[in-house]
Amino acid sequence: MATTYEAIATVTVGSGGAAEIEFTSIPATFTDLSLLISARSERAQSSDNIDIFFNASTADRTDRALRGSGTVAVSYTTSNGHIGYIPAASDTANTFGSTLVYIPNYAGSANKSFSADVVMENNSAANGGAFMVLDAGLWSQTTAITSIKLITTSGAGSDFVQHSTATLYGIKNS
Amino acid sequence: MPAGLTYEPIATTTVAGSSTASVSFTGISGSYTDIVFVCDIDGSTDDSTRIRFNSDSATNYSQTNLRGDGSTAESTRSSSIAQISLGVADSTNQTNVIGSINNYSNSTTYKTVLLRANNPAEVVAARVGLWRSTSAITGIEFFIASPGNWVAGSTFTLYGIKAA
Repeated sequence: MATTYEAIATVTVGSGGAAEIEFTSIPATFTDLSLLISARSERAQSSDNIDIFFNASTADRTDRALRGSGTVAVSYTTSNGHIGYIPAASDTANTFGSTLVYIPNYAGSANKSFSADVVMENNSAANGGAFMVLDAGLWSQTTAITSIKLITTSGAGSDFVQHSTATLYGIKNS
Repeated sequence: MPAGLTYEPIATTTVAGSSTASVSFTGISGSYTDIVFVCDIDGSTDDSTRIRFNSDSATNYSQTNLRGDGSTAESTRSSSIAQISLGVADSTNQTNVIGSINNYSNSTTYKTVLLRANNPAEVVAARVGLWRSTSAITGIEFFIASPGNWVAGSTFTLYGIKAA
């Protein structure tokens, strides 16, 4: 029997950091995709945004999210690819946030809805010190997903730091 | 080390046509430890997609929800209900539900369902449901509240996970 849950590729950020993490040439041979991320940003503040885009397009992305910070729970929508938060330079050292993205039927002919859980914990009550985000994401395109790109929203000076990792898995339903 | 695969597809149903309001999986083997289900769905109308076990339609279910609609964050719950609500099948956008039923085949404990429901057009939620039965789960029915139907192409998949 073919393997159900299979690693497609892993990206590990080396010294010097990386402005983006990207998976390209994703085969259409799986049913769903799962992306597991451990990441931190070099941004000189507490926390940074993490965004996800598909097929080199920043268009047609919408998200509906539920966020808790340890003191406040809020719900919001975005249209900039933002799915949650990762630790940055002002947060507890050696601490990376965790993200799980699940994309059903990524190669199908319907619009692509996906699930993202994005968390960061710093043992700190400071503003921006911890977030849990449940995200319902949508890429309003019917084409198959062949590439995935992760970036931090803050641009220059906000690279993913060394030791950030992302692994893409393919899941087959038969 | 487990014999065979740890994570194994059990069955998939892809909705055909335009009048399907129920998808059932029966004869589920008790040879796994946990079950994961993945639903990728589009509805003909905005109606609630629901789940129940072993054809039990009595008020033996309850659930607690943590949800956000894009402006309001809230937590709700329902007791003594006839099914567990997964979320709304949206008539405009694709929605998905990913859930797990751990230790589904034992005959000692009540059965807990943990799931994430994602409707980018309306709500994002985490839900926990309880089926107050010690019976092993051998059947799972996904259904949509009347008068809705799922659009052709909607998929429902069960995976089995073996601990050993």
